[in-house]
Amino acid sequence: MLFTDSVFIIGLCVLAAVYFVIPKKTRWGLLLLASCAFYAYSGWTNLLYILTTAASTFGVTLAMDRMAAKRKETLTAHKADWSKDEKKAYKEAANKKRFRLLVLCLFINFGMLAVIKYGAFTVKNLNSLIGVFGGEGSIPVPEFLLPMGISFFIFQTMGYAIDVYREKYAAERNFAKLTLFVSFFPQLIQGPISRFDELSKGLFAGSGFEARRVLFGVQRILWGYMKKMVIADRMLPAVKVLISDPEQYRGMYALVGILFYGLQLYADFTGGIDITIGIGQVLGIPIAENFNRPFFSKNITEYWRRWHITLGTWFKDYLFYPVSVCKPMINFSKWSRQKLGKNIGKYAPVYVSTVAVWFVTGLWHGAAWNFIVWGLMNAVVILVSERCTPLYQKFHKKFAWSNTHAYDGFQALRTFLLMGCLRMFDCYRDVPLTFKMFGTMFTDWNVGIFFDGSLMNLSLTASDYAVLLTGTAVLFIASLLGRKGSVRKQILDRSPLLSCAVTVALLLIVVIFGAYGIGYDASQFIYNQF
Amino acid sequence: MNETLEKVIEILTDLHEDVDFATAEKLWDSHILDSFDVVTLVAELNNEFDIVIGADKMTPENFNSAQALAALVEELSEI
Repeated sequence: MLFTDSVFIIGLCVLAAVYFVIPKKTRWGLLLLASCAFYAYSGWTNLLYILTTAASTFGVTLAMDRMAAKRKETLTAHKADWSKDEKKAYKEAANKKRFRLLVLCLFINFGMLAVIKYGAFTVKNLNSLIGVFGGEGSIPVPEFLLPMGISFFIFQTMGYAIDVYREKYAAERNFAKLTLFVSFFPQLIQGPISRFDELSKGLFAGSGFEARRVLFGVQRILWGYMKKMVIADRMLPAVKVLISDPEQYRGMYALVGILFYGLQLYADFTGGIDITIGIGQVLGIPIAENFNRPFFSKNITEYWRRWHITLGTWFKDYLFYPVSVCKPMINFSKWSRQKLGKNIGKYAPVYVSTVAVWFVTGLWHGAAWNFIVWGLMNAVVILVSERCTPLYQKFHKKFAWSNTHAYDGFQALRTFLLMGCLRMFDCYRDVPLTFKMFGTMFTDWNVGIFFDGSLMNLSLTASDYAVLLTGTAVLFIASLLGRKGSVRKQILDRSPLLSCAVTVALLLIVVIFGAYGIGYDASQFIYNQF
Repeated sequence: MNETLEKVIEILTDLHEDVDFATAEKLWDSHILDSFDVVTLVAELNNEFDIVIGADKMTPENFNSAQALAALVEELSEI
C-alpha cells in the first residue's frame, strides 16, 4: 500500500477519527493494529519478517537487561571485598556475555536481510567468478520478494538493540509495544529511521486532540502530497524517457537528466517524509526530521548532514564510530603511526572506516554494483574534500569575495551538480554506462536542445513545465522562509484565516495539479525500494 | 587548569588552530568537531592517555567541550 492509494487515505482518516475518541491507554494498541493491517495489505507472509525482528530483539534485549541488572547487583555486593582488578575482570566477562547476545540478534536480523536482499546478487556474482576461472557457475539463484521497508525496520530495531546493549536506556518489557515500534506504519515505506527513546514517548502516550497541532499535521501531509504528486510524479515520465535511451539522450540531455532526477528524487523522498511526519503530528507522535534544506549545502559533507539525516546518523553511531575505534583499528592506528609516520597514522583509521561505511551505505541502497560504486565514489569525494580543507581555508582567508552570499550560492550549486553526477549511478543502474554518459556531457556539446524545442519531446508538455517551474519556485521560497523557523507557524502567527486558506489551497493544488490520468502509476516512492 | 585538560586542549588545538578550546562549548552540536575530528581525537586521546574510548562514549555530552573530554579521560583512566 502506498501513501497515494485511496485505501490508505480513507484508512488514515478513519484511524485519526477513532484514535481521538478511544481511551488514551488503548491508543497505541490501535496504532499496532493499523500497522499490522498496513503491512499485511502487502502480503500476510510479510508480517513474519516483522515478527521475527520484533521477537528476536525482544528476547535478546530483555536478557541483556537482566544480565546488566545482575552485574550491577553482584558488583554492589562485592564492593568492599573485591579488588579493582577483580571487579574489572568480572565486568568484562559479564559484558562479553551480553555482547554475544547482541551479536546473535544482529546475526538473525542482518542475516535475514542479507539472504532476502543480497542473496541473489551474491550468488550471481559467485557464478560469474566461477565462470572466470573456467567453472560452470551454475549455483541456483535464490529469488525472494523484497518485503516493504525491510531495511528501514531492521536498521531501526537494531539501533534499539545496540542502545540497550550500551545501556543507554532500559529494554521495552511489553512485546506488543516493541512490535509497534518496529512496525509503526507511516515509517515503513521510506523511514525515517527513528530512535526508540525519541519515538516511543509519543507512540505510547496516546496524545489528545489539539487543533493547532492537527492543523500543522494536515498542512505537512498536504505539502508532502504536493511534492510527491504535483512535482515528483509529473517529472517521472521525463526522467524515464531520458534514461531509457542513453544513445539518443546523451550530452546535454544527461545534464538535463541530472537536474530532473535531482528534483524528482528530492520531491519524492522529502514529500514522503513530510507525509510521515505530518501523520505523526496529527496523532501527537513526534517523528525525527530527515532533511534540512540539503540543496543549500556548501559541500558534500554538509550535504550528507542534511540529506537522509537519520540514515547518516545511524551509520555514524552504529557503524562508523564502532569500526573506527574497534581493537583491530586501534592496532592498525598504532602500526601505521610507527610504520607510516604520525601524520598518516593519525588519519589512516578514519579514512579506512569512511570507505567501509560508504561501501555499506551503497549496499544498503541496493544489491547492485552501481550502488556500491556510488557509495565508494561518495567516500572518494568526501576524503578528497577533507584533505583539501586547509587549502579551502587559505583560499577563504585570502579572497574576501569568497565569503559573500553569491559565493555561498555558487558552492550550493556546485554541491548540487556534484551530487547529481553521483546520482547518475542510481539513474542508469549500470556502472560503465554511467561513466560513459558522464563523459558525453563533456564531449557532446548539443546545447541546441535548450533552444530548439527538443525538451518538449520528453513526455512533458508546456503546461507540465509551467507546473513544474512554479512548483520548484514554491519549494525554493518555502525553503528560504524555513530558515527563520517553521513556515506553518509563521503563517498562523500572521493570521489563522490565512493558515486555513493555505490548507485549502494545498488541497486544491494536489487535486487539480496532481499527476493522474490513464496510464498514470503512482508506483513507488523511490526510497521504498531500499 | 589541570594537566589532563591542558593536554586535551593541546590535542584539540592541533585539529583546529583557530578555535579557543578553553572556552568553546557545543563543539559537537555546532559541528566544530565533525565525525572525522571525533575519530581522530579518540585515536589521539587513546594514544596519549593509554585509555580506550568506546563508541558508546562518543556522544555530544562527552565531546561538547574540552572540560567534558578531560572529565571523560579522567573517568576512563581511573578504571
